[in-house]
Amino acid sequence: MTPGLRRWVFLAGMAGLAAFYLWGLHGLPGFGRYPGPYGDLINRIAVSQTNATGVVSAVNFEYRGFDTLGEEFILFAAATGVATVLRRLRGEREGSAEDEAAGRDVPPTSDAVRQVALLLTGPALVMGWYLASHAQTSPSGGFQGGVVLATAFILIYLAGQFLAFERFSPVDVTDAVEAVGAGGFAAIGLAGVAMGLSFLTNFLGLGTIPGAVSSSGTIALISFFVGMEVAAAFVLIVSEMLDQALLLRATGPGGRSR
Amino acid sequence: MHIFPFIVVVWILAVGLYGVVTSRHLMHLIMCLIVVQSSTYVLLLAVGYRTGAVAPYFFDVPVHTPAVDPVVQALTLTDVVVEAAVTALLLAFAIQAHKRFGTLDPQQLVQLKG
Repeated sequence: MTPGLRRWVFLAGMAGLAAFYLWGLHGLPGFGRYPGPYGDLINRIAVSQTNATGVVSAVNFEYRGFDTLGEEFILFAAATGVATVLRRLRGEREGSAEDEAAGRDVPPTSDAVRQVALLLTGPALVMGWYLASHAQTSPSGGFQGGVVLATAFILIYLAGQFLAFERFSPVDVTDAVEAVGAGGFAAIGLAGVAMGLSFLTNFLGLGTIPGAVSSSGTIALISFFVGMEVAAAFVLIVSEMLDQALLLRATGPGGRSR
Repeated sequence: MHIFPFIVVVWILAVGLYGVVTSRHLMHLIMCLIVVQSSTYVLLLAVGYRTGAVAPYFFDVPVHTPAVDPVVQALTLTDVVVEAAVTALLLAFAIQAHKRFGTLDPQQLVQLKG
């Protein structure tokens, strides 16, 4: 199919979609007129049922907990998939990125980048843990906190070099943290089963004050494990990608030797 | 205008799909796919929005304050996580495709496969 024809087929399809979409919008409540009832129902009962003032986290780690377990394993599987797809193939060996292009040294990291990255590493760590541990109170949670935590390690890479990044986040440790994070979520669910309750029942004390960090039982704990898993998964994905820059290929792209 | 956000949704979807259809580079294609998926965030958040309502966090407001739907917000979070996972995998495949074929032009990749 030529690019021109492809464009016309696309435009025709889009015209059809636009027509049906506008037609469909007629039967829907307009923007800003949320009809309910599920959101309203959960908003009304979540705080008294779970002592979590962050209802989005309550939905994620309590009412929809089983679904979020699957979501977490999607990320786990993706990190595993990236590691598998980017494994070292035959004819590839690892080395310094510098000798790939002889005579052209990799420019050194500028002092400004180093300083800013080092300055931001601490705040990123604190912010990440804060987000991962406050899912039950405010707009945060393990997923957001995990990503911010991973950023701290990527800042170390920016401030130094890849080898320093690998020393701060060795693959074995990252793998272990990821496994503990993913397994911890499932273990909390199974602990409920062992007590004769249903899977992922909130079996811990809910605390007395809604919105306290120690309240909401398993919601806070699950969010913590999710934070570990997400941080490790992202560090693993980024380090696999960076690893590729260090690969020297015996034969270049398309079989041409370099 | 009560349907404007929904028009924005389909516009983002259309722009992203146009990029996917006409793409000449796998990196560009992956980014266009991210744009396509972003339309679903806007759709989910727009569906649950209520004019004048607060965010579904009752830390400093009484529980009976009208709030927007927390369920679609939780779904948006899932959406973002899945997108990150899909993007990571696609980027890994793109790296391997470049190693194997020496090009990232989807149309040349089709020809190379034969």
